[in-house]
Amino acid sequence: MNINSIPELDIDPYLEENLIDPYPMHETIREAGPVVRLKPYPDMVACGRHAEVHAVLNDWETFISGAGVGLTNFNKEEPFRPKSLILEADPPLHTTTRAVLSRILSPKTVAQIRDTFTLVAERMVERCIEKQEIDGIADLAQPYPLKVFPDAVGLGEDGRENLLLYGDMVFNSMGPRNALLAKSAERVQSVTNWIMTNCQRDNLKPNCFGDQIYQAADSGEISHDQAPMLVRSFLSAGVDTTINGIGNALFCLAHHPEQYAKLHASPNLARQAFEEALRYESTAQTFYRTTSTPCQIADAKIPRDIKVLALLASANRDPRKWDEPNAYNIERRATGHVGLGAGIHGCVGQAIARLEGEVVLTAIAKKVKKIEVSGHHTRRLNNTLRALETLPLRLIPA
Amino acid sequence: MGVAIFKLPDGKDVSVEVPNGESLMQAASNAGIGGIIAECGGSAMCATCHVYVDGQWLDSLSAPLANELEMLDCTLSPRLANSRLSCQIRMTLELSGINVTVPDAQ
Repeated sequence: MNINSIPELDIDPYLEENLIDPYPMHETIREAGPVVRLKPYPDMVACGRHAEVHAVLNDWETFISGAGVGLTNFNKEEPFRPKSLILEADPPLHTTTRAVLSRILSPKTVAQIRDTFTLVAERMVERCIEKQEIDGIADLAQPYPLKVFPDAVGLGEDGRENLLLYGDMVFNSMGPRNALLAKSAERVQSVTNWIMTNCQRDNLKPNCFGDQIYQAADSGEISHDQAPMLVRSFLSAGVDTTINGIGNALFCLAHHPEQYAKLHASPNLARQAFEEALRYESTAQTFYRTTSTPCQIADAKIPRDIKVLALLASANRDPRKWDEPNAYNIERRATGHVGLGAGIHGCVGQAIARLEGEVVLTAIAKKVKKIEVSGHHTRRLNNTLRALETLPLRLIPA
Repeated sequence: MGVAIFKLPDGKDVSVEVPNGESLMQAASNAGIGGIIAECGGSAMCATCHVYVDGQWLDSLSAPLANELEMLDCTLSPRLANSRLSCQIRMTLELSGINVTVPDAQ
């Protein structure tokens, strides 16, 4: 089957209605075939089933990241910022940078920071319980990662709201040049300046994650020019993602009181509850790859230099892979979801992300009997992320 | 298609068919082998698919990359000379029949 025989759907994943509720669109795409074309984007094919998404993510030689992991093909258009040395890179460069980041963000590191991350979570949750009526985003999902992660990177306290603006911009830039990108790019210059200034060694506390990147440069593992760019990766990928991971988990638990009851009864399910939220309401909805060679997806022949949209959130609800995919069930073994990617580009900070999710949900599970929805939530639309703007909740203490 | 034998902590041996090119972790997960947790899904980021590779097969494996070596430093059960992450072992013709021991804890 050649590319023109692939089913074509008149769907724009970036339409507001699809960003607000992507699931009907995902189902249409999955049921149309293992790979489809989308009319508004002729230079791209899309995969919505788990098997093909997983296969694409695991074949880095055919489906490269160096031409960008958004809709823009860097072989044809200038990237919106200097290319990331990890996200938008392929081996051998990627192998070197990945090794440095894997080491800094390893489970060994998690063991060292666990107590601090737990203590901050417990304190923040206690303050929320005192308030009872909270905004799950402004009072918990946002301030928690914004405190613990930049602290671990070694960033100063001031100006951290720039991290939110930068994350929003980076993840919007992976979609089309639409109104969402235009709006978040309004402050691109000042935010980028702040980010790059804070990636300099002088502005990073000694021996924290950021400084450890520079230590890798000192030892010759990477170059000194590469160091600030790798620190940038912490700042673009490490905050907005976990904020929404925690926000989406709170959303799931508030809307599924029977699941929250299980968590309250067994707080040791917290890690699984977070994992299942990553599957059920995937923070990173999409990533792209670019074909490096003529290739095949399922039985379709795809030419070289075509963008391939991997619909992660759709794969995570593919009935071919999951029993009752549309049920949020914290007792499910959600391992194998692609909410954190897969293969060599799988989220390098995932051990830290899981730690954050686990300790926040554990702190809640121990102290809160019920989480009630106390008002309508609002969404912050983004071309890549599934994000909440507000999440009014009432916490009933145990 | 090849075969991998997982020796479980309770003493049982489980034989699993593994398509060529697929990882031992993936095949173990599909077969529901509980001792292979594989939290990260195969990105060499979590050290929870740790196995001990039986001696005769060790030389047939490609050497671990830097990121796997980092993770092997983080295993819950002791790291031994034959410790590997099963997500990084892909089935080949010559690996068919490989024996791996699943540790007590991941």
